[in-house]
Amino acid sequence: MSILKAENLVRRLVGEIPVTLVDDISLEIQAGEFVCIMGPSGSGKSSLLYLLGLLDVASSGQLWLDNENVSRLNEDQLANRRLEKLGFVFQFHFLLAEFTVLANVTLPMRRLGRLSETKLNQRGMALLDSLGVADQSHKYPHQLSGGQRQRVAIARALANDPLVILADEPTGNLDTASGALVQQILRDLAHQTGKAVVAVTHDPVFASSADRRIMLIDGKINPDLS
Amino acid sequence: MPIQLQIALTHLTSRKRQTLVSLSGVVLGVAFFLAVSALMRGSEQDFIKRLVDNSPHITVYDEYRHPQIQPAQLRWPDGAVHIQHLTPKTEVRGIRSYREKLALIETLPGLRIAPVLIGPVVLSFAGRDQAGSLSGIIPSKMKTVSTIQEKMQQGSLDALTANPNGIIIGRGLSDKFQIGLGRNLSVATQDGGSRVMKVVGIFRTGNAIYDESQSFANLKRAQVMFDRPNRINRFIIQLDDPYQARDIAHRIETAIAYKATSWTEASEDILSLLTVRNIIMFSVVLAILIVASFGIYNTLSTIVIEKTRDIAILKSMGFHANDIRLIFLFEGSIIGAIGSVFGLLLGAGLMHILSTIEVKPPGVTEKAFLPIWWGIEQFELAVLFALSSCILAAYLPARRAGKVHPVEILRGA
Repeated sequence: MSILKAENLVRRLVGEIPVTLVDDISLEIQAGEFVCIMGPSGSGKSSLLYLLGLLDVASSGQLWLDNENVSRLNEDQLANRRLEKLGFVFQFHFLLAEFTVLANVTLPMRRLGRLSETKLNQRGMALLDSLGVADQSHKYPHQLSGGQRQRVAIARALANDPLVILADEPTGNLDTASGALVQQILRDLAHQTGKAVVAVTHDPVFASSADRRIMLIDGKINPDLS
Repeated sequence: MPIQLQIALTHLTSRKRQTLVSLSGVVLGVAFFLAVSALMRGSEQDFIKRLVDNSPHITVYDEYRHPQIQPAQLRWPDGAVHIQHLTPKTEVRGIRSYREKLALIETLPGLRIAPVLIGPVVLSFAGRDQAGSLSGIIPSKMKTVSTIQEKMQQGSLDALTANPNGIIIGRGLSDKFQIGLGRNLSVATQDGGSRVMKVVGIFRTGNAIYDESQSFANLKRAQVMFDRPNRINRFIIQLDDPYQARDIAHRIETAIAYKATSWTEASEDILSLLTVRNIIMFSVVLAILIVASFGIYNTLSTIVIEKTRDIAILKSMGFHANDIRLIFLFEGSIIGAIGSVFGLLLGAGLMHILSTIEVKPPGVTEKAFLPIWWGIEQFELAVLFALSSCILAAYLPARRAGKVHPVEILRGA
């Protein structure tokens, strides 16, 4: 069953010099699939990820998330879908500096407001534990190593039990060992918990572990290299 | 606690110095507002009190505001009646059948009334003359409508009842004539009559002209002296609520047809001056709060710029633009609320200190202090101003924060 489906997605920037970031892309991503989007700098990898992650709105084309056409939703509706069904991991951890690790992880749950304070703290601890950073829960982000921070960021992405994890260069800022661990975690998430994981990377080692690779060149999918 | 409020608190507590600076702006703004407003309102009320206490709330004169309607006009109400060379009747001046009118006015609630016959006199003593006016009064009634009894330095109003030939003069005249209690002076009226009267009291109001030219005698005696038996020419009326004066004056005038002037009508120039004073005060105080709100604007703008990445990440997580705006509006409100509380405390402290400063207004012998008004309205107004300027100051940064587009920030990170 496809969890994320794009049809003829186009993203153009209008301005003095119009730029086409994403050019007529159609793809389908299944639950439990680990997909890597690859390509040289400026090929539109991140732009495509932002479109798939409902952070940006396509100029034309259709997008389905969990069998719902999300192409015509307004900003707040898109925010709700992101909150409930998507989780993001970025190259930089983007944890809130003034909040503890546990508070960062529980932030999306608090916004969603479905769990009691005790329940969401329990769930936060369980997520941190599953990523091996439970002992760091009361520290602040700046007290953690890069690899630990990225694992906390993954825990936060998982907070509301999303259907899809979108990762933008998740290992780009990590040393080899930490990178390998994060790669392992994302792979396991797809294969063991049935979430779709879409990661943008230019690291061939990272990409090699993916179930499928999508190669982008100049905003288009290059089928020969995918 | 809502997550937006929690983030707002975290933003503020993690920037203690900036928060304190913004906070102190609001605290000082509120405190100064209170101190200035209490002093201005206090002195305004003190001033009005003097104005109101020393002059009647309503004076009814033996005059008509409009000329009497002529019978011809009543006969042809729709006609164009033109009457020429009309001379008013010669009659004894004064309010006619004043006892009935007095009784009628006394039925109105919340007022005290005293009949007065006032006329010009020349007072002479040891070859010196002083022109002035003599008021014939009923001491027991006069005491209820005038502060003159409190201004008595020697003797009392009641002495006029005891001694119908007595006269009460001002300190200014007594100094000028070098005349004391118990001495006689000569009182001459316009039509040539003259009478020797005994000084039974001396008052001092602090108003030099009044203290030199005003004198009081028994009403009956004045009626005889002015040759107007059973007439008076003034009603002096004092109200429980001076601010009702205009309405009540109008009712009295409608009822008895004689001209009734309220103190608000008589002192319109001074009252409009007070309005100007209030406008000045509010602009000064508003300026203080505007400066304070710039401090808040500055702090919140800095937070928005510093926290753009956090805002982007919160939005990518699924926070609405509204949630983000709410965070910054909360921050403004928190500063406003805490600032108001401390501002009120500091302001009340300032007011207390001001109220202990001693001043010596003329005509007052006992200790007097700076007039401070403790009314609850100004505390409410201070909080209202502070909160609204804080929220207004937070609104612009909040709107900017709400507009942050995550993709632009994430791409640039």
